[in-house]
Amino acid sequence: MRDLFLAALTKRAETGALVSLLAVILIFVVFGGADMGTMLGAASWVNFAANLGIVAIPVGLLMIAGELDISIGAMIPAGSMTVSILSGYYGLPIGVGILGALALGVFVGLVNGLLTVRTTVPSLIITLATLVAMQGIVLSASVLLTGKASVPLAAPDWAKTIFGTLISGSFQNIILWWLGLSTVAWGFVHHSRYGNWLYAMGGDKVSARNAGIPTAKMTIWLFVLSATAASFVGMCGAILFNSAQVSGGMNYIFNAIVSVVVGGVLLTGGFGSITGIFIGTLTFAIVSQGIYFTQIDRNWSSLIIGATLLLAVLMNNRFRTLALEVAPRAKRPAKA
Amino acid sequence: MTAPVLELRRVNKSFGPIDVLHDITLTVNAGEVLCLLGDNGAGKSTLIRTLAGVHKPSSGEMLMDGEPVSFAKPKDAADRGIATVHQFGGTFPLMTIGRSFFVGCEPTRRIGPFKIFDRKTANETAVRAVQEFGITRITDGDRLIGGLSGGERQSLAIARAVHFGARVLILDEPTAALGVKQASHVLRIVLEAKKRGIAVIFITHQVTHAMAVGDQFAVLIRGAVAANFRRGDKTREEITDLMAGGEALADLDQAMEGYMETHGGHPPQPAAQATVA
Repeated sequence: MRDLFLAALTKRAETGALVSLLAVILIFVVFGGADMGTMLGAASWVNFAANLGIVAIPVGLLMIAGELDISIGAMIPAGSMTVSILSGYYGLPIGVGILGALALGVFVGLVNGLLTVRTTVPSLIITLATLVAMQGIVLSASVLLTGKASVPLAAPDWAKTIFGTLISGSFQNIILWWLGLSTVAWGFVHHSRYGNWLYAMGGDKVSARNAGIPTAKMTIWLFVLSATAASFVGMCGAILFNSAQVSGGMNYIFNAIVSVVVGGVLLTGGFGSITGIFIGTLTFAIVSQGIYFTQIDRNWSSLIIGATLLLAVLMNNRFRTLALEVAPRAKRPAKA
Repeated sequence: MTAPVLELRRVNKSFGPIDVLHDITLTVNAGEVLCLLGDNGAGKSTLIRTLAGVHKPSSGEMLMDGEPVSFAKPKDAADRGIATVHQFGGTFPLMTIGRSFFVGCEPTRRIGPFKIFDRKTANETAVRAVQEFGITRITDGDRLIGGLSGGERQSLAIARAVHFGARVLILDEPTAALGVKQASHVLRIVLEAKKRGIAVIFITHQVTHAMAVGDQFAVLIRGAVAANFRRGDKTREEITDLMAGGEALADLDQAMEGYMETHGGHPPQPAAQATVA
């Protein structure tokens, strides 16, 4: 029975993430003297998780498929600057600004995707190049067009209601987008045939292609999704805070990758789950924002993140080994 | 007599100036096992890749059921029922049995507007398919491929190919990495596939395994068919000899004889054991 339970648990990619999350909360409550109710009810970490999570999910999908996208770091300010320059500086309707920001995401995603499938250069390097290039473009375009590195934006109410408002005074409505995206991604990865394609691509791209999976098309779509998601997060931020800056966004690269890896996605692809990425994002957000609710000095949060990452990855590795080893000899109960 | 399932007529393949295959002429009949023997570098891999549509022959003809065929890509060969199973079987160690079984052709069912991956059907079909081949230890379609033994993985891969309507099954050294017991499992499955009327091309350099299942044998040496014969036409020693290129073994024999003449009839140490056996 223990074996069966272990087998069921270790086969799930999110087990390590769940254990890490519980460990972090436990540490904060027991050693940091945090009030669990106050901490978990606070908006700060949920907002943080939502913004990070919208980027982490497509990054995680790419990682499952065996690719990496770090250009998201530049796409977040690119998204916010695009909407602000178009609708704030030039006064175009907000709809144009929103479409412009998303279109830029689609374009950069296409560039990343096409370069990845057409060349043999690793996507880490390709997106590193687009990351740096986009930073340059965003900065020089802003200075060239507006003469400033920060542009104000006054979005109309309908746009704020959809993309950037605070629910009950402190919760950003991007949280709903995050939950929605997570649900759609969950259905896509775990309950549609495309999810199976994703795992096959990450497992062995050549075999996947020979099995008739359109790997190139899938790869391009995933890159479009991640760049657009990052641009979306930047855009929502600009609409909510009424302004955009050219800087910022770089933290997202590491934060997203840490969340995804803590969530049990294998860096080399072929393994992972949306639930895992979701819990990994929560864990990351609680460590970096929840620390304010404890007596632990804020400066320690990076250490805790590092330790959590290591703990989670070691656990994930161990679980994966177990999942491969556990061969139930006894017949499993009817419920599979 | 019906036309062979697959026939090669004077197939040549060269990569640039290098000729890899020379005038390969072979036939494979339904319900027969053709053992393709050959040492490393004899052109076995190029030959099977040509059959599987990865390479196009430089010249010569390929026929299926008597009709000429030409494959532009592996998918074309797969659509005609040519399936290749590689040495390590399933290549997706972190996928479940059910999921990997249906990669690229997943069963779905409809729930409202959504097409849902039908995990239950996938798992049941996969488990049933592999059990029909006599691997009864696989009962849970949710197990990861990486947790199966080498023999089980091979069996699963063969069962998968047969399930998806393979007519020609190319097995690329399926027993090379396996222990004796595991290998015999795989050989049993080869016989089972043959019983179902599938034409099997069994690539190996283990003569014992070839002798156990083969109906027809072809020995490749330096990209050419050096010998092509039916079961029982040649002894194991003759086959081994052919595989090694004949001369190499003949040379060894001569060296041995020379040694024995000068050492009062005693063979050199390692060979002494061979004479006992």
